[in-house]
Amino acid sequence: MSVRLPPFQALLDAHGRDVYRFCAAMVGPVEADDCYQETWIAALRAYPRLRSARNLRSWVLRIAHNKAMDAHRARSRRPIPVAAVPDGAASRPAGNSSESEVLGRLKELPPKQRTAVFCRSVLGMPYAELAVVLESSEDAARRNVHEGLKRLREEYER
Amino acid sequence: MNDFERMLRDAAGTLPAAPGAAAAERLAERAAGEGLLDVAYAPVDSPLGPLLVAATPRGLARVAYLESWSPDQVLEDLAERVSPRVVEAPERLDEQRRELEDYFTGRRTEFEFPIDWSVLRGFTRKVLRETARIHFGDVRTYADVAAGAGSPRAVRAAGNALGANPMPIVVPCHRVIRTGGALGGYTGGLERKEFLLRLEGSRL
Repeated sequence: MSVRLPPFQALLDAHGRDVYRFCAAMVGPVEADDCYQETWIAALRAYPRLRSARNLRSWVLRIAHNKAMDAHRARSRRPIPVAAVPDGAASRPAGNSSESEVLGRLKELPPKQRTAVFCRSVLGMPYAELAVVLESSEDAARRNVHEGLKRLREEYER
Repeated sequence: MNDFERMLRDAAGTLPAAPGAAAAERLAERAAGEGLLDVAYAPVDSPLGPLLVAATPRGLARVAYLESWSPDQVLEDLAERVSPRVVEAPERLDEQRRELEDYFTGRRTEFEFPIDWSVLRGFTRKVLRETARIHFGDVRTYADVAAGAGSPRAVRAAGNALGANPMPIVVPCHRVIRTGGALGGYTGGLERKEFLLRLEGSRL
């Protein structure tokens, strides 16, 4: 018995925004569009074979998580041009951390932690759903959020 | 939620929120190029109110009057009957939109884009294929169409098939009327049938 899947456009309408923000947060604004395209093409390819129409948001974000990891891997293989670093660029401005800085640090977390923190803190995702994204247990999902936030907070307070 | 998470959330608020129309178009084009766009659809305006027009790579699959059907109903039906890979892709329906516009403005009497007959089954397909052969300005009776479809006694069934026509206007079920000249029924309401017949100059 095949499942009744909603028209694919309904997923794009419902979750396109979340996927785009997820990509932008994980790989940065420049590569966000590619990550977004890769995610939805892969989703479209796999869609008719889905055996359940439940948890579609976490299904798409799981694909986005994998595509963001691909992008990170591809980047780490590319040589990175080193620009001249202005004096004091490495030290943070005292007191307030800019928004881009917070997101920059999020990107530095290990893959599962950064996905976990984004899905939980920004999208407000329940742990059961997050477990689907990470293909892990709920406990592991909880730990990834906890560890990721702890690490961000430590760096922030340092 | 603690302050730190709130800060993260605020930071995420500064992210570009939406991919934009260009990204949607690029996605649809790429999906089509990779053979993943099973059903493309677009809203199309008409003198009979807003339409939803959908096509598979083989041809037209649906024309729906949006004053009679909600877009969700139409799309769910396509997802179930044709394929769940249903994506809004207006640029894939440029030809259909242009020809419909020409038809409504009197510059065209027949449509050149193909029809995907595979989305129809059995007797309905037979009846609608027969209906597609009725030319602009002509009318036939339900009995004619039933006979043409190979079942002269199935007049009522032919009427039902016409009533379920998923491609009104293009498969011209409005050109089928009762023996004796009464208009009969129409999927989009009788006033639409009258409008189309008048547009085509048929005597009412």
